[in-house]
Amino acid sequence: MSSSESSVEELELELLLEALYRRHGLDFRGYAMASLRRRVWRRVQLDGLATITALTDRLLHHPDVLERLLADLSINVTEMFRDPGFHRALREKVLPLLRTYPFVRVWNAGCSTGEEAYSMAIALQEAGLLDRSRIYATDMNEGALARARTGTVPLASMQSYTENYQRAGGTRGFSEYYEVQGDMAVFDPALTRNIVFAQHNLATDRSFNEFHVIVCRNVMIYFGRDLQRRVHQLFLDSLVPLGLLGLGRKETIQPPELAASYEPLESAEKLYRRRS
Amino acid sequence: MIDLVAIGASWGGLRAISTVLRALPSTFAAAVVVVQHRAATDSMLAPLLDRAGALPVRDADDKDPLRAGEVLVAPADYHLLVDGDAVALSVDAPVRFSRPSIDVLFETAAQARGDRVVAVVLTGSNADGAAGLMTVRRHGGIALVQEPADAERPEMPSAALRACPGAQVRPLAAIGPELVRICGPTA
Ligand SMILES: C[S@@+](CC[C@H](N)C(=O)[O-])C[C@H]1O[C@@H](n2cnc3c(N)ncnc32)[C@H](O)[C@@H]1O
Repeated sequence: MSSSESSVEELELELLLEALYRRHGLDFRGYAMASLRRRVWRRVQLDGLATITALTDRLLHHPDVLERLLADLSINVTEMFRDPGFHRALREKVLPLLRTYPFVRVWNAGCSTGEEAYSMAIALQEAGLLDRSRIYATDMNEGALARARTGTVPLASMQSYTENYQRAGGTRGFSEYYEVQGDMAVFDPALTRNIVFAQHNLATDRSFNEFHVIVCRNVMIYFGRDLQRRVHQLFLDSLVPLGLLGLGRKETIQPPELAASYEPLESAEKLYRRRS
Repeated sequence: MIDLVAIGASWGGLRAISTVLRALPSTFAAAVVVVQHRAATDSMLAPLLDRAGALPVRDADDKDPLRAGEVLVAPADYHLLVDGDAVALSVDAPVRFSRPSIDVLFETAAQARGDRVVAVVLTGSNADGAAGLMTVRRHGGIALVQEPADAERPEMPSAALRACPGAQVRPLAAIGPELVRICGPTA
């Protein structure tokens, strides 16, 4: 492929994203292009098309492709206590700092199907904080949120989640938290009662509260630099002074000017504390 | 001018990648990105490779810039993609059972850098990297494959050669020096 062909493809991709935005209000324009391109091409091929422009044409004139494309573009992979070291640091370093607050608000941004929010509810419960906490778990993807609201996870995953829970410093028997129904594990409603699942798009929506803790992991890796910067500004504006920010294992606060507003709490686990 | 080296390895890769890195001088003129298949929890790879030669090696953070003479390794359980002048990470589903995937690295490297890429397939017992190597060639980049007979596991280099018959074949010991010849040290 010559360089002029690849700049044509770049343009086609931009036009597709523009169509998605103008026609359906879905804003992927600030996303990192490399992974977006792979997923768009996957849809082009699965739908038996030859070019991205053909996909744009179909999107504009046969809207049934929208749902398939959206499914391709949202990566909802998640786990309970993913990266146990992070959850251990959350338990040991962050939760003790929350004891002094009469009420604790946690924002789990990009919560996918809820596993991360359930994990944090368990840690808050074991720290004796859950009753005076609320976890606002948000995602742009309604389908993922609908599954999150059921308070269930596939039973097949529970063995690895149990190991993660133990490595994350869990102090009880993990099975105390759920009941088995068919091939699902159903979490104790006492655990999920204080989680509010709501739709929120980090690319287009504003802050909706002030939080003591914000956890956003494996979401911003899909964003380009400018969008990352905007979302980091949104998080900074949404944190109380001395509030805590938790990122994914391989993410950093961008740009450096914004990073200066935080001090590392546990830098190996990407936990930061907003300066006062 | 070739300014990006993308290396993929699997079974036996630690030794093979170390051998390649040992041949690269601190003045090496290209950036290096590496995918080595490994367990989701393994964090020892980059520190071990860092000791292999003159170039600094670390696990990539999302959006780390690509710089000549620096080696970025795909972190355990993440895909590593080339995006413009930087790398990006993803937790997309494994590709052919692998995350990180060599194909994902090679394809995005080709897409971002066109004919400025040399992709290297080393030892391994699967077929990851074969499709990506072809993509690199199609974009005008250079494909380099470890001689299967010389590899700890021949399957991956063999699959790469089947998919990409025009690739250059070298024994492991010659790959590092070949990269220096292709990319050159800075003046
Ligand atoms: C890979 S999952 C990460 C889930 C969880 N945080 C974890 O680390 O396991 C990424 C999630 O981010 C969501 N997401 C992507 N772009 C978003 C946006 N602009 N606003 C809100 N959520 C977004 C996706 O829908 C998906 O559920």
